[in-house]
Amino acid sequence: MKYIDEYRQQALAEAVAKEIHRTVTRPWVLMEVCGGQTHSIVKYGLDGLLPKEVELVHGPGCPVCVTPLEMIDKAHAIARQPDVIFCSFGDMLRVPGSESDLLILKSRGADVRVVYSPLDCLKIARANPDKQVVFFAIGFETTAPANAMSVWQARQEGLHNYSMLVSHVLVPPAMEAILRSPDNRVQGFLAPGHVCAVVGYREYEPISAKYHVPIVVTGFEPLDLLEGTLMTLRQLEAGKAEVENQYPRVVKRDGNLVAQELVNKVFEVCDRAWRGVGTIPQSGYRLRPEFRDYDAEQLFQVAGIRTQESPICISGLVLRGVKKPHDCPAFGKECTPQHPLGATMVSAEGACAAYYTYGRHLQQQKGAPAKQSELEVVHS
Amino acid sequence: MCLAVPGKVLEIESNPLGLRMGKADFGGIVKTVCLEYTPEIVPGDYVLVHVGFALSKVDEEEAVRTYEILREMNQLADLEEAEAEAARAAPAKGDAP
Repeated sequence: MKYIDEYRQQALAEAVAKEIHRTVTRPWVLMEVCGGQTHSIVKYGLDGLLPKEVELVHGPGCPVCVTPLEMIDKAHAIARQPDVIFCSFGDMLRVPGSESDLLILKSRGADVRVVYSPLDCLKIARANPDKQVVFFAIGFETTAPANAMSVWQARQEGLHNYSMLVSHVLVPPAMEAILRSPDNRVQGFLAPGHVCAVVGYREYEPISAKYHVPIVVTGFEPLDLLEGTLMTLRQLEAGKAEVENQYPRVVKRDGNLVAQELVNKVFEVCDRAWRGVGTIPQSGYRLRPEFRDYDAEQLFQVAGIRTQESPICISGLVLRGVKKPHDCPAFGKECTPQHPLGATMVSAEGACAAYYTYGRHLQQQKGAPAKQSELEVVHS
Repeated sequence: MCLAVPGKVLEIESNPLGLRMGKADFGGIVKTVCLEYTPEIVPGDYVLVHVGFALSKVDEEEAVRTYEILREMNQLADLEEAEAEAARAAPAKGDAP
């Protein structure tokens, strides 16, 4: 596919990796923020191409992972109610709450449906006027325009049987929380390219200046990730701390202003709890008061749910880049994607789940070296 | 979750509910996408699509520029390899009087 295949070529990846080896003179710790980037890095074994001085730690950018258990239990409480059609992105279906997951609820008779786009929920709402259609609106800035549009459009159409359970989170406050933490190890960031496609990267400039940390907006293909890593390392080696854009084919400094306008009409910034991390001030979206009629949390009265997380799980430390998945005694043993104990194992994009999927728990057990790169060779 | 895929816009249609929609081709798979957030798009443009919404136009010039930087790095690597090979060969020649 155009704009994908050309960024997966092995020869070019090796050339960028060589340049990285030439650039690096001492140890550095970089964090890729987005779970999609983590997934690509582990899938293609990109960290295996880097010099031993460069450590990639994996950030909190997986919305499924950081959605609090309490919110998942709320979703399940709503999905169990009669006359509710509960809609969700596929990623959320298998995420366990305190008692079950959405797939189990479906098998027990709840009307749970997977949607590709939030606009699909409106179709379902139009076709089922006697049901309440509830959408589990999770995501980062990338997904906010789509979710906002579904509520906006529902109001335009006068659809009153549609609502959203909102658990939206924002990237820059989470990056600041990581940088402020006393045990922070992160010296440079690969910022999430698709978040920045929506909101641009102006917001990152004061963070870069305040904490003197390079931030490079980076894409998702193997060559994007390697080039973003190189750009970050060049800055670190030169003592610079700036915001750069590796992904200009998609990201502009101001982002998508049309999308931002609608997001700001529908959502407002609020404090949000992040699973494994805790509450981060001003780190999420909720519906504005004028859209209260579309807020499932208000409509279904699901407050007062109490939950308890596993005492063994170290996902909070993994999400902040302090620990790696294999530092956890439960990794690949008590904790697997089938039976996750915490945030970073619940979604395919979580660092623990990515390590597990690509067999790193086995390598750790054998003491084998890091996996070699498995880039697709594309002849264009 | 933030997965977004580039697709080529084939046609633009206005749906009866007032949203600007279109058909986009993703390597042979054609899907309906919402183009409300990319008013500048015309058929033939590439857009980056996430959960059924085009979030930005893929900038061809920038794509070429990024690719060229990567290719230059590759040529540099090739050149260095050739030089290193020459250097390895050189001492043998140097031994000769």
